[in-house]
Amino acid sequence: MSQTFPISVTVNGKAIEKSVEPRLLLADFIRHEVGLTGTHVGCEHGVCGACTILFDGKPVRSCIMLAVQANGHVITTVEGLATSEDNMHPIQNAFWEAHGLQCGFCTPGILMTLVPFLEENKDPSEAEVREAISGNLCRCTGYQHIVDATLLAAKKLNEVTE
Amino acid sequence: MKPAPFEYHAPTSLEAALELKAQHGDDGKPLAGGQSLIPAMNFRVAQPSVLIDLNHVPELRHISKPNGAVHIGSMTLQSTAEHDALVAEHTPLLHEAIPNIAHPQIRNRGTVGGSLAHADPASELPVVALALGAKFRAQSAKAERWIEAKDFFAGLFATTLQPDELLTEIAFPTKTPNTGYCFTEVARRHGDYAMAGLAAVIELGANQTISAAKLVYLNVGDGPVDAVSATANLIGKTPDAAAFKEAGRIASQEDMSPYGNVHATPEYQRHLSAVLTERALAKASERAKAAK
Repeated sequence: MSQTFPISVTVNGKAIEKSVEPRLLLADFIRHEVGLTGTHVGCEHGVCGACTILFDGKPVRSCIMLAVQANGHVITTVEGLATSEDNMHPIQNAFWEAHGLQCGFCTPGILMTLVPFLEENKDPSEAEVREAISGNLCRCTGYQHIVDATLLAAKKLNEVTE
Repeated sequence: MKPAPFEYHAPTSLEAALELKAQHGDDGKPLAGGQSLIPAMNFRVAQPSVLIDLNHVPELRHISKPNGAVHIGSMTLQSTAEHDALVAEHTPLLHEAIPNIAHPQIRNRGTVGGSLAHADPASELPVVALALGAKFRAQSAKAERWIEAKDFFAGLFATTLQPDELLTEIAFPTKTPNTGYCFTEVARRHGDYAMAGLAAVIELGANQTISAAKLVYLNVGDGPVDAVSATANLIGKTPDAAAFKEAGRIASQEDMSPYGNVHATPEYQRHLSAVLTERALAKASERAKAAK
């Protein structure tokens, strides 16, 4: 049963070629094979949202996908947001400024949910933001600062594009 | 936890997929979006020996409206159907129900056919399919057949698909004149499994009385629950609050036997179902009047 499959995946713009067992979860592939530990594994059944990544630009749960299914696809993880250590993504800056995180465990999943959300919703209402993050659990903040940070991020992103 | 080992196949054509299904039968578990199957495999509740990944079968992803029904390929993503213009225009009930399925991240992987074949009594699509009288196309390497929604669901997580068959396409009948539709549910948090919910269809006759109705409930039985007594009682009635209240009472007391769960007792599920029936019928009847 040690059947393995060669896969070729683009992760944060870099082509990765590995051979994987079909039962390897995409989240574990990202963490253990690619070495990007920013993608967090919480519940492992698609409820908490900590493992959210962009799969061909769309947010998905990487803990309920197989790595072998990513063959030929493009993945973006939280590490792909900042252009350098000193140049964070506007959403990351907003989370920093508005205290959008405490322990930080849920943050990568929340950021990867919000990046495409804010691309499609330039001026979201508070209710829309709460709905957008309804699939991501946070046990520290009570969500208020996450919502504040998201609204601030929307403002920052609009300034960038103006 | 992590999935137990399995043999993996990723066919790139429907023919190859059906060939694999014929070869492996019940041992060959189709992998659609995996949004229910992989969590179950992570917990090892499911330990399929062979996985047939249908994600590379292009024939199974399509939406069209040939005649009288919106045909959706079984591997069409829920998010694709959610934003599809044909679905929105011709099958308003389906369009209204889809955003209630979990969260956008799940709908970006979850498929229309996967959810129907999984036949979770708490899920939205089986309820919609039964309320609309959808038809299911089942194909095997040897033959194909169309299954009526009422004959497709066979209890808890069970369907009448045979071991060598794959669900390849679903035909949802398009909206009809003088008919209103409504989907509504109550979950503790949007995207969670609903504690109760229903799809309501109501047709108004020439004299503005109810000429046809359908009420199908989720999470209150072994599958989508068709409230036949409540709907029979609606026929010929004036669509008013009293009639809707009575429909809710009959549906919640006579047509269903909810099990209850950690979030809701059976009594509370009945209560919710009754209240939601009134709301759904009021909304559907308003829409029927506007749908001239």
